[in-house]
Amino acid sequence: MKESEVPQDKSNLESASFRELCYAVDENGEYTTANSSGWDPKTIALNNAIEDIKERIEKAKKLVFNNQTSPIEYYMEVHKMDVPILASYMGLWQWRVKRHFKPSVFNKLSQKMLSKYAEVFSISIEQLQDINKE
Amino acid sequence: MKIDFTHHQSAHCENGVVSNLLKHKGHNISEPMVFGIGSGLFFVYIPFLKVNHGPAISFRPMPGFIFKRFAKRLGIKIKRYKFKDKKKAQLTLDAELQNNNPVGLQVGVYHLSYFPDEYRFHFNAHNMVVYGKENDTYLISDPVMETTTTLTEKELEMVRFAKGAFAPKGHIYYPIQYPKELNLERAIKIGIKSTCRDMLAPVPIVGVKGMRLVAKLIRKWPVQKGKKVANHYLGQIVRMQEEIGTGGGGFRFIYGAFLQEAAVILKNDKLKELSNEITEIGNSWRDFAVDASRIYKNRSPEIDAYNKVADQLVALSNREEVFFKKLRKAI
Repeated sequence: MKESEVPQDKSNLESASFRELCYAVDENGEYTTANSSGWDPKTIALNNAIEDIKERIEKAKKLVFNNQTSPIEYYMEVHKMDVPILASYMGLWQWRVKRHFKPSVFNKLSQKMLSKYAEVFSISIEQLQDINKE
Repeated sequence: MKIDFTHHQSAHCENGVVSNLLKHKGHNISEPMVFGIGSGLFFVYIPFLKVNHGPAISFRPMPGFIFKRFAKRLGIKIKRYKFKDKKKAQLTLDAELQNNNPVGLQVGVYHLSYFPDEYRFHFNAHNMVVYGKENDTYLISDPVMETTTTLTEKELEMVRFAKGAFAPKGHIYYPIQYPKELNLERAIKIGIKSTCRDMLAPVPIVGVKGMRLVAKLIRKWPVQKGKKVANHYLGQIVRMQEEIGTGGGGFRFIYGAFLQEAAVILKNDKLKELSNEITEIGNSWRDFAVDASRIYKNRSPEIDAYNKVADQLVALSNREEVFFKKLRKAI
């Protein structure tokens, strides 16, 4: 990549007003560094990944409203987590977290367990029990 | 207190922290040099593992490996701490700062408040330097940022004790002992040899063979998983290749910069030529990313388009095979 070719496309980096460092070759063929504000091919990839997460959140929301899953799965998606990550934050086995996705099990969870989940998601217990209050 | 520490922006966090800590101690070692000596160039596809609901592909070795190898090959001793107790983790950090000692920290990205939201994924192998504390705010030199930043005590505790794969457990580290003279020549040779061995390894998921395996998978994805999933997977590859930290072209450009520096230190013109060659290969990786992005931009591409990018990846693996064989001979 030549120094003059270091891409300066619009990207999500703009919101934090920082530019990343790239390595490129100057006119004399010597390596140098240059800042890049973003590059379309990866901005599109990132945006698609974000779209994908949004879809997962919407899907989880519907399942909660249909009483097919508990709010825990919804908040897990909101926090870009998957079951292994959430289990690790909770200090539980994965199968226990999955079991807590069942609305019938969720409704019987102890206050202690609920507050632990609420803490991991940085929300209140009321918000944990009712996703409309988010 | 505030330690007199100079922040240099780098492409990759791990190399950047090492380079910045060494510069602080008066050893002028560039980021590409750390990357090259630590054999940072790599390719691996890990089957059965999913990252962000996509394939686990990496252009670099396991987090921490670059630093570990770099230190070993130069004979630098590193002090490391990990913690169970959050309070103790903070006290140890504060004590080091009191001693006028800037330290490297491993942290999780998800709770990092100064990162743009879109970049905050559950990735736990980010690195930064803490170089001071004013009241309850830590002064942070994050090598991927253009300037220094700050985090409050609470924020820093969150990122130091992030959970999930590679959980940092409050990990802090700093160099404690240097040899009298850094023998770069020897370390560079070991680093290059080790990279060649990795990239040419007779293991189907590693190096050039790993690229061919991924090319095969790219042909299968649209048929087996549908185009939507295939596009998500392709996007994941491009992100691993190009996202912040790679310096562009899946680290190939940083490696080019390293070879150029190495050519001067070893007085070996062949390495300069090879630096140009890896730059060309890096350019082709960029082309691969552009063509892959055309696929996932367009929601219903032809199956043929997937085969085309797969062909590009095979071509890249062939060129890199030739390249690393030449590089092995050159030193």
